[in-house]
Amino acid sequence: MADSAGVEVKPGQAVQAPPQAASAGSEASRQRVVSPEYMFFEAPRERAFITGSEAAKEAIRRANVDIAISYPITPQSETMQQVGALWAEGYVKEYYRGEEEFGVMSAIAGASRSGARSLTATAGPGLMRGMEVVASWPGGRMPLVLLIMCRVINAPLSIQPDNAELAYLLNSGNIIFHAENQQDFFDFALKAFIISEKPEVTLPVAVAVDGFFVTHARGYVMLPPSDIKLTPRDPYHEAIPAMDNENPPARISRDAPIQKSNFISYHVHASWQQEVWAAVERSRKYIDKYMGGLVEVVNPDADTIIVASGSAVSQSREAVRQAEEDLGERIGLVKVRSLRPFPTRELREACKNAKRILVPEFNCVGWLHREVCTALYGYSNAEIIPGPRVFGGISLPTEMILQYIFPDKKFAF
Amino acid sequence: MSFDNLKMSPALEKYMTKEYRDLVERGPYGKPKKVSEMGTFKEILEEHPMCAGCAMTLFIRLTMIGLPNPEHTILVGTAGCGRLALTQTSIPFIYGNYGDTNAVASGLKRGLATRFAEQPKDVVVMAGDGGLADIGFSAVMHSWFRKEKFTTIMLDNEVYGNTGGQESGMTERGAILKMAPKGKQFEKMDMIGLAKTANVAYIARVTPTNPTRVASTIRKAVLIAREIGPTFIQAYTSCNIEYAIPTPKVMDDAKEVESARYGFMEIMSDEAREYLESIEPAKKPKAKKSESEESVTAN
Repeated sequence: MADSAGVEVKPGQAVQAPPQAASAGSEASRQRVVSPEYMFFEAPRERAFITGSEAAKEAIRRANVDIAISYPITPQSETMQQVGALWAEGYVKEYYRGEEEFGVMSAIAGASRSGARSLTATAGPGLMRGMEVVASWPGGRMPLVLLIMCRVINAPLSIQPDNAELAYLLNSGNIIFHAENQQDFFDFALKAFIISEKPEVTLPVAVAVDGFFVTHARGYVMLPPSDIKLTPRDPYHEAIPAMDNENPPARISRDAPIQKSNFISYHVHASWQQEVWAAVERSRKYIDKYMGGLVEVVNPDADTIIVASGSAVSQSREAVRQAEEDLGERIGLVKVRSLRPFPTRELREACKNAKRILVPEFNCVGWLHREVCTALYGYSNAEIIPGPRVFGGISLPTEMILQYIFPDKKFAF
Repeated sequence: MSFDNLKMSPALEKYMTKEYRDLVERGPYGKPKKVSEMGTFKEILEEHPMCAGCAMTLFIRLTMIGLPNPEHTILVGTAGCGRLALTQTSIPFIYGNYGDTNAVASGLKRGLATRFAEQPKDVVVMAGDGGLADIGFSAVMHSWFRKEKFTTIMLDNEVYGNTGGQESGMTERGAILKMAPKGKQFEKMDMIGLAKTANVAYIARVTPTNPTRVASTIRKAVLIAREIGPTFIQAYTSCNIEYAIPTPKVMDDAKEVESARYGFMEIMSDEAREYLESIEPAKKPKAKKSESEESVTAN
């Protein structure tokens, strides 16, 4: 589409640098700053029928982003192209294409440390390439937002949807949300900035979505007006001061435990990591406040409950409807919005009467199943069924979920 | 810098250490110092855990004097010997991941530019030959091609000193080091040539034999990076441990290496030269260059 292409340049023509700041009179310059509460809950919303990539673009348009750094990888590219278009229009102050994902994840760390509101995005192999850096962001207490459009990471090479990569991210100290659909992707991306920058959180937030199923498919998204944007980042009210030489720097960033090998350095590192994970937990109250909680629960009294995240929720929702309307059976559903912090308490409560729990997933390794088992161990007598699982780009028919719920019946899929 | 950060609260003044008082009262912030004044002011780097006789430490001290505005400078480094000293400077220092310096500096510099339109913030990368030419190579080259406005300073000790003496890309061919038990099999990487290819605005090769020249080279590099584009300084900062240079001979070695293969070299774009002359008009006609000097103007 035309607006995803950014500024049109004909071959041989001199490239004109797009304006860095919103030029006077432009639509971007007329955006009004509003509170997160107004943006999220009070602003009138209109329905749009857009792709997940476009939903991300609309979130970034309203997010008052200072700097976005991009690198192409399918199925993420379209989103960051569109963010480039936003830069050209003045909605984003700074934007460039980095050299590769290790470089991009490092550069966005530098950007976050400068005190600027920072955004990047990647997918599958790109996340794996940048993982050394991504795993170091939380310890650096860097507020930023990483959008992840999940795709196959393992060989044989494939660009298809599959979210095995999230297994590697789960234990990195990053906050992680998993969007079900285009609406979630819009809302979670926008809210992620505010949660990330809360003083007692001060952590990077990853917003994952399943590639293609959401990024390249259209869905209805309720959008607030485009002439409003979030309040800017305030880097002087965060856990770690910005590295701008305007205030004393945090000692930890200059005198890392690697400088010494003694018991003090071990304890510095240990307490620092404990604090990172405590900060992950402290984000809960903002997830409750802004996102309606870490989970959404449907039919909690049912004997059989599906626990799912991402696109698997949409398929499970439909399976729940089919079970009720076609078979007269009531099935429960727990949608996990936040993978980190993980909704351990919420799951224990929602599943306390369950006899069977299914965990459908779009990956081979079953990371959500393990998470659910860990959370419910000692708190539930339910059988926790690993699956159904699809991967490598295979879709998850609702009949496949129903087959797992009703093994004695025969479903065609 | 907000100088208020440095100021002592009057109530606590008498409890502050002598070192801190000196930094506030006799430091270089907002009042640039010269190399010839060393010993009369509080340096940005004084105490450090570097090895005795380390040439790199001298070079870093001189670098700090060369910084035109230390109060508005942020240092970026990576693993290596240099960071042991850099972390002890009274300037914010970002100690990132392995080989990430020039990527971090790119995001940092651009992010700072979105926040401080009026006040230039200088970003200076200081890392070793391994950090810049090997593991950080891609980020270095791309930051140059993208014309990122910060300075890259290579502390070239021609070895992985901090990990115990392994061969690096900047090691001379034939040198026997760890991981090169038969001697290094290929030539020292030509980072100066690569910087030229990338049209880096100011390139210098220097040794710590001439302290004033080190400081003036740093000053030029930082000023040019502020306005024109990327700048690169490759500095010979020998490792007297891994190369078994007796401590009293460290400067003799630097002089020998300088005259044999590491002569002072300065390459400046016309734009960079014009900019420098516009802010600091030449006081007197340039003196005749010494034999070890070589000045090239890039087209």
